[in-house]
Amino acid sequence: MTAGDLTARTVEFAGHGGDTVEAYLAVPLDARPAGGVVVIHHMPGWDEATKEITRRFAANGYLAVCPNLYCREAPGAAPDDAAAVARANGGVPDERLVGDVAGATAHLRAQDGSNGRVATIGFCSGGRQSFLAACSLDLDAAVDCYGAFVLTVPPDEFPLRIGPLGDRVGDLGCPLLGLFGADDQYPGPEEVTEFERVLTAAGKEFEFHSYEGAGHAFFNTDRPSFRPDAARDGWERIWTFFGRHLSD
Amino acid sequence: MCTYRTTTLPVAGSGKGAEGWFPVTDASVYFDHPVHAPADHTLNVDLRNPSRGASARVALELDPVSARALAVAILDMLDGAPPGLIPS
Repeated sequence: MTAGDLTARTVEFAGHGGDTVEAYLAVPLDARPAGGVVVIHHMPGWDEATKEITRRFAANGYLAVCPNLYCREAPGAAPDDAAAVARANGGVPDERLVGDVAGATAHLRAQDGSNGRVATIGFCSGGRQSFLAACSLDLDAAVDCYGAFVLTVPPDEFPLRIGPLGDRVGDLGCPLLGLFGADDQYPGPEEVTEFERVLTAAGKEFEFHSYEGAGHAFFNTDRPSFRPDAARDGWERIWTFFGRHLSD
Repeated sequence: MCTYRTTTLPVAGSGKGAEGWFPVTDASVYFDHPVHAPADHTLNVDLRNPSRGASARVALELDPVSARALAVAILDMLDGAPPGLIPS
């Protein structure tokens, strides 16, 4: 067996309300028990870039699954078409997100190679959702990559029908890693600072890193927002964090 | 940044999508990350017909200068239309 060997395929499991949820599952061929990662996609949807990230976790020894959060609105549709529908509809309701991540977590823990530990990681809107999941479910770690509106309400002209999560901070049940761009405006530096303050006040275990010269979506290798230095350091933080919290 | 800002409105007309012409009933206008255009942010327009599924969509991702010029051109064209052709 060579490090990096993996298999990946589309699977289904029961999500919120017992609905069948489509997901992309990537697992290492190495038979050693491993931790699991639920990858929560960004607002553009269940796209190729997010599936690539899912495979990256498997290539590094983790069981990884990425649920298609838009599969109800747009079954079988291209990711960009599905994202357009979801945007027009106001995004994914929080309750449904938690139910779908719960299904994904159970699916990972049921895998033969699972060691029972599971984390979430989310990008963009998924960053907020990763935190929400960590406040709602039994998880071992969570990563928030530049998620906005954790503590603030979207302005009226924004389509997202979501509320702030400040009153949920006390429910955070696992360590949290936050990775942010210092030039981002959603979330802006002041929101990240306030997020740190409330986590500290609540006595939660967390570590945040904000990268100068990076804005939103600095991990996206196929977009102009890509910042290789921030992304490289961010991935190293993720491997260290998951190595600490997802190992036996 | 991911702006999320979106305006939606009903529209009437037709658009040509991946499977040919279809009636468009809904529009979304937003300034946010594009899927395809090589820019951080673009002015995006989706012309859709939700009753025909997610794929019934005409999508545009325009750089802001182009988008504004297009908007002005549309308004100029409508303002200059011969009297009586546009219902009030």
